[in-house]
Amino acid sequence: MIRLKDVVKTYENGTDALRGVSFSIEDGEFAFLVGPSGSGKSTIIKLLTGEVVPTSGRVIVNGFSMSRIDEWQIPYMRRTIGVIFQDFRLIPGKTVYDNLALAMYAVDASRREIQRRIPYVLELVGLDGKAQRYPGELSGGEQQRVAIARALVNNPSTIVADEPTGNLDPGRSLEIMTLLERINALGTTVVVVTHEKGLVNHFDKRVIMIEDGLVVGDGVGSYEVKE
Amino acid sequence: MKHNFRYFSHEGVRNMFSHGFMSFAAIGITVACLVIMGTFTLVAYNANENLKDLQRENAILAFVDDGLNDEEAMSLQSELEKLPNVLECTFVSRQEARDRYVEQYDEDELYSDLDPEIFRHRYVIRIVDLDEMRQTVTALQEVEGIAKIRADENISNGFLTVRNIAGVISLTLIAILLIVSVFIISNTIKLTTFDRKDDIAIMKMVGATDAFIRWPFVYEGLLLGLISAVAAFGLQWLLYGAIAQGIANSDTLQLLRVVAFERIWIVVAAAFLVVGMVVGVGGSLTAIRRFLRV
Repeated sequence: MIRLKDVVKTYENGTDALRGVSFSIEDGEFAFLVGPSGSGKSTIIKLLTGEVVPTSGRVIVNGFSMSRIDEWQIPYMRRTIGVIFQDFRLIPGKTVYDNLALAMYAVDASRREIQRRIPYVLELVGLDGKAQRYPGELSGGEQQRVAIARALVNNPSTIVADEPTGNLDPGRSLEIMTLLERINALGTTVVVVTHEKGLVNHFDKRVIMIEDGLVVGDGVGSYEVKE
Repeated sequence: MKHNFRYFSHEGVRNMFSHGFMSFAAIGITVACLVIMGTFTLVAYNANENLKDLQRENAILAFVDDGLNDEEAMSLQSELEKLPNVLECTFVSRQEARDRYVEQYDEDELYSDLDPEIFRHRYVIRIVDLDEMRQTVTALQEVEGIAKIRADENISNGFLTVRNIAGVISLTLIAILLIVSVFIISNTIKLTTFDRKDDIAIMKMVGATDAFIRWPFVYEGLLLGLISAVAAFGLQWLLYGAIAQGIANSDTLQLLRVVAFERIWIVVAAAFLVVGMVVGVGGSLTAIRRFLRV
């Protein structure tokens, strides 16, 4: 579960990124986080991944209180969430298999677990047979599927996707979003940050709108409705 | 952590080869540092060994006053033995001194009828510490009944000077060169960490602990240090052998005793390995620190 309560985040340079944000996302829910550039969406992602701490207010991620978390606990908190980025962030010198294996090695998985889990996850994202390819040999859509597979490989309870379709054409974007919807249907909480109205409108999911560091809309429906 | 040693060592080797030239340079400089440190330490060690020999072999001669009769001369022994730094004190009578002198000249007839009376009773004194030879000589001179002292202070002072200078230089060099080696290895690993900063950020994002991220770089440093230690040991062995041979072949230096490398190789190898590992691991930990703040 994700819970933000009266969260204020002011950066050291004086920028007020969030000015009292409150919302909750329950386990197994699918939510879009939308808003224009500079609205505070990225700061929310950074709060959820432990890259920044709130200036005031409370942030709870899968049972970890991000305002009081000890530094040594952050890796264990991060293992409960899988993060997907707009630019995929795959390691170009490693094969698809090794990119996924690295994420599993990082959480102390055994070779046997790795050998069992990776083919299953690659099949889930529609990349079976591509394990030995390098990221550079794959299309943008396929690279994003690898990133999704990497986010899923340690079986996190939550997936946070930061503009996952920003580098893809509309057809591939729809495929990725459909894949995320399927993953959500399997019980994983999914939070997608995006500003693509078309995509948001295509799925009848919860939409949380952020503007100027405040929540200005929260409900099921389309982007336009919230505006 | 338990499952990952294969991964860590594989990544460590991969890191090392990803900047082959810098790794080669780091190994080269570390080898040079280790050999310089080793050479000065071995010079100091050999000077010390020669000093010990000198202590064993080189004795002070204390000549007894001619005015003392045989019994009075012999009675000085207990007084001399009480002096500080005196290890052993042996009385040599006029007759014994004369016989030894004649013996030196293969019983040459020219010396065969030497009168023992022209020799003095004497004591052959061995001391504990050559560093305190001067004080011991002064104390001996103050003993009533001792007329004259003969001590080869110049030779012992020469060894003491070599040992002390080599000791100070080796200590100073060890300190300086250790820092240089850590800096060089640290910079090499910094290149790898800089190259892999995106990988590190990804690893942190998927929940890797700092220890997990650090290990491959520690392995890399350890490997660089160990390879340097092995190469430096081989080079030191060759260099030591060449110097020992040179001393043995030299007319003026062959009096020096060079300790055989076979007698000290284990200590040298252990010291190089320990220093190599400390330098390698120290360098890698210094390099990785900044990149863990994600």
